[in-house]
Amino acid sequence: MRDFLLIFRNSDTSHPAPTPEQMQERMNWMAGIAAQNKLADKGNRLSGSIAKTVRPDDVVTDGPYTEIKEFILGYVIVKTDTIEEAVDIAKKNPILKMGGNIEVRAILTPEEKG
Amino acid sequence: MEEKPSPHQELLPRLFRLEYAKMTAVLCRHFGLQHIETAEDIVSDTFLKAAEHWSRSGAPPNPTAWLYTVAKNHARDHFKRHSLFETQIKPALGVDGLETAPEVDFTEQTITDSQLAMIFAVCNPANSTEAQICLALQVLCGFSVEEIAGAFLSKTETIKKRLARARANLRNDRSGIWPLQAAAIQSRLDTVLRTIYLLFNEGYASRSAHHLIRKDFCSEAMRLALFLTENPLTGTPKANALLALICYQSSRLEAREDDAGDAVLFEQQDKSRWSKELIEKGNFYLVEACSANEISKYHLEAAIAYWHTTPTDHDKWKHILQLYNQLVILEYSPITALNRTFAFAKVHGNHQAIPEAEKLGLSHLNYYHSLLGFLYTGISTAKAIRHYQKAIALTRPAAEKRTLAKEIERLRAQP
Repeated sequence: MRDFLLIFRNSDTSHPAPTPEQMQERMNWMAGIAAQNKLADKGNRLSGSIAKTVRPDDVVTDGPYTEIKEFILGYVIVKTDTIEEAVDIAKKNPILKMGGNIEVRAILTPEEKG
Repeated sequence: MEEKPSPHQELLPRLFRLEYAKMTAVLCRHFGLQHIETAEDIVSDTFLKAAEHWSRSGAPPNPTAWLYTVAKNHARDHFKRHSLFETQIKPALGVDGLETAPEVDFTEQTITDSQLAMIFAVCNPANSTEAQICLALQVLCGFSVEEIAGAFLSKTETIKKRLARARANLRNDRSGIWPLQAAAIQSRLDTVLRTIYLLFNEGYASRSAHHLIRKDFCSEAMRLALFLTENPLTGTPKANALLALICYQSSRLEAREDDAGDAVLFEQQDKSRWSKELIEKGNFYLVEACSANEISKYHLEAAIAYWHTTPTDHDKWKHILQLYNQLVILEYSPITALNRTFAFAKVHGNHQAIPEAEKLGLSHLNYYHSLLGFLYTGISTAKAIRHYQKAIALTRPAAEKRTLAKEIERLRAQP
């Protein structure tokens, strides 16, 4: 078993508040992971509006980091045997139906090399 | 007097259950936890004397006051006789110049404070959870070693050993709960609530133990939880939520078993046998629990139990599923995962719930198979029967096996 970080991204900053059905779908997805005892950290959602990006030389810009016209909406950490299993979990997240994508990254232990 | 059917014979066991724990707690408060065995000896002697005396001359008009007076005298005599007070307790208390042991007082306030302190002393994190429950049953609820062993399906010797270890930790407890201090209460309250929760579950959920003892476990858990809610230091939202949960669950105790002692499944229960009084109490404490912006697993479980008391309407199971979703994210347990899947099936249908259930990886549990038996009913009779058979193989109590066998019979009888 190891921990994988799922990073949720979308390109749309001005998306409307999720409907109750979408909220329910998201909760069902996360509870489904928890019910397999594979939810290591329920993570957090991240604000798109209360955000700044800090660069060298005291350069601070408003908004999240959007080099690739996408920004991070939130993250969750799951605990699975393989990255494939973590990917299978990610495939069922409703963000994929809304144009978003999910990056899956193994979390390194202190003695591991990237 | 003689021709009456000696009322003390019924009175004494009841008083024992009620007063044993109170008197032990008060004596321990006076003499310290390290002398708990002495305190228990004094209380036992008191009841022995009551049995002898009352069988000769009948029960006194105020039996409780009689017991307290005798216990008080016994305590004084005991400490004089054994000079325990002079050599050990007085130095420990740091008092000098006292001629005799201080008078033990059994006022209502002292009893309440002592019991509360005892609850917190028993729930010592140095002891395992099982040991805490055993100790709580013995010291706080007055159960015998045999009764506890019966409830846990353990050997008497095993329980005795477990209690001996737990008592050693109790005697050595120097965490300063005498007198009760707010800081100590705060740090142990979660452990206390957990012990009461498990004590209740031991009575409510396990169908293995002796029926009457299990009911006593439930009512003792309710008494202890009520005790916590009545004290401003311990009547937190969590404590109220736990009491609400216990009230709701207890409201169904009578309806859960048929006359033969077999379990009656929730949906087949006669709802008129649910206790309205306990449901209303549950509502009261759940409202109390929601006075602050705090959500614990007790809140979620109480809210689920609340929805179970309401008539089935279109949205009921949606609410229950939402609550189970939150609960399983907050704290995983196999039983929560399985219950959540049952609620999922109620909302999204058996077809969608089957893969959710099969992902759980709990095929060593009987409830996993009985859940899949239920979910495959109407989809694949062969698979449903196979799962029910596996469930029976993993089940020990005969009554529960019979309930599952009835489901197989019903499936086989279908065309």
